[in-house]
Amino acid sequence: MFSGDRGWLPLLGPVALLVAVWHVAVVLSGSLIFPTPWQVAVGLVDLARQGLLLKHVVASLFRVTVGYLLAVALAVPVGMLMGWFGTAHAFLNPLVQGLRPISPIAWIPLAILWFGVGDLSPIFLIFLSSFFPMVVGTAAGVMTIDRKYLHAARNFEFTGLRLFRSVVLPAALPQIVTGMRIGLGVAWLVVVAAEMIAVNSGLGYLIIDSRNAGNRYDLVVAGMVIIGVVGFLLDSLMRGLERLDEVRWRYET
Amino acid sequence: MRPKIEVRSVSKTFLTRGGPLPVLDDLSFSVADGEFVAVIGPSGCGKSTLLSVLAGFERPDTGEVRVDDEPVREPRRKGVCIFQQPSLYPWLDLERNIVFGLDGEPAETRRSLVAHYIALVGLEGFEHAFPYQLSGGMQQRAELARALIVKPEILYLDEPFGALDALTRLRMRAELLRILSRERHTVVLVTHDVEEALHLADRVLVLSARPARIQQVIEVKLPRPRVLWNPELLALKASILRELGVDERAEGNP
Repeated sequence: MFSGDRGWLPLLGPVALLVAVWHVAVVLSGSLIFPTPWQVAVGLVDLARQGLLLKHVVASLFRVTVGYLLAVALAVPVGMLMGWFGTAHAFLNPLVQGLRPISPIAWIPLAILWFGVGDLSPIFLIFLSSFFPMVVGTAAGVMTIDRKYLHAARNFEFTGLRLFRSVVLPAALPQIVTGMRIGLGVAWLVVVAAEMIAVNSGLGYLIIDSRNAGNRYDLVVAGMVIIGVVGFLLDSLMRGLERLDEVRWRYET
Repeated sequence: MRPKIEVRSVSKTFLTRGGPLPVLDDLSFSVADGEFVAVIGPSGCGKSTLLSVLAGFERPDTGEVRVDDEPVREPRRKGVCIFQQPSLYPWLDLERNIVFGLDGEPAETRRSLVAHYIALVGLEGFEHAFPYQLSGGMQQRAELARALIVKPEILYLDEPFGALDALTRLRMRAELLRILSRERHTVVLVTHDVEEALHLADRVLVLSARPARIQQVIEVKLPRPRVLWNPELLALKASILRELGVDERAEGNP
């Protein structure tokens, strides 16, 4: 249901190939420390049995959800403001363009300084990382609204909130959703990095802790696999949004 | 009788990088209630700008436009524009596009109005189609329905059939006449198609090249429905083309 009309089946081939190459490479190299796919699978089962897998996934998802939703709540209105009012754009765009290139990772020391060690720091970093792509996407969406749609609405005497709700928001929605999809992708990348430093739960913590506490590379890779799977599911969710009638029109000729 | 639309000494100049560009030069004319006036002129002469000024999308530099003796300051639902490029909302299906301009009517009224206008423009069965699923001609019909449903007193048409193929264009003209025979509207049509103007209008204003001035006014007294091969109509067409600087024989037109 997540990967479109073709289902899961097309995924099987590439994944099987990756696992096979991985297994052969580990066996041929005779590595004692790098895990085989089987060892990783066993590690995953172990984590699941101890309830750690669920705990870490939930911890990461919680931080992403809070940080991301806060970012959506602020970025969409700010982006709309920037897209609609030239003065807001002139004032805010230099700030956005100046702050956007700073990697969220660079903010880690400040996050810890301001929010300490705990959930707030990674939430702040996720907020930062997903805020900018969504502001930029939303502003662009509003600025590129075809004038003819606004003309027609003016002709029917739409003003203020009614104009906004009936034309501006729906016209910009596809680009807002694209921004949201990029934002969520970045948020999922950043949560892992943030959890390696500021907290003691979550998938990022699982990875760094497995390495530090006895070189458990089977669990390191298991963590990576889970990050990949959850990230894929999150993106599928957003792609589902892009298939809604309210958004899809943008991609039809 | 008081005119429906009154244009008084309207001038407009655009400021461009190459300097000021006068577009409309002291235009004055009026349109009677229920009259169909076509404005024709060479391309780029400013006829679209004139229509924008009439409808209130742009303000003239000098002079004024009055509708029902009130100055026009901004677009009103009283006079709805239809342009060459359909502007149906792609995120709404046909039905929701057509009710778009309605405001505050009870649901029952809306439903019956939508059904009426969808039938009037011949789009029954496409209520839930999205604009991108409709042909250009169907989109223009829907556009017409979206305009008519708010009961505008005036229709401003800016080459509404210009992007359609020749056959569809002819069919749409006939449709427009059929609709206008049922619902009385004052119409201002901007076009560069002389035949279209003569086919539809009570009066044709011929504009000069930019800056637009009224070069000639032609009353078309032919009864409707008009046939395009009517000798009187053909003679009028030749005279307008001559006025626009086109010699039919030399240009090889039929």
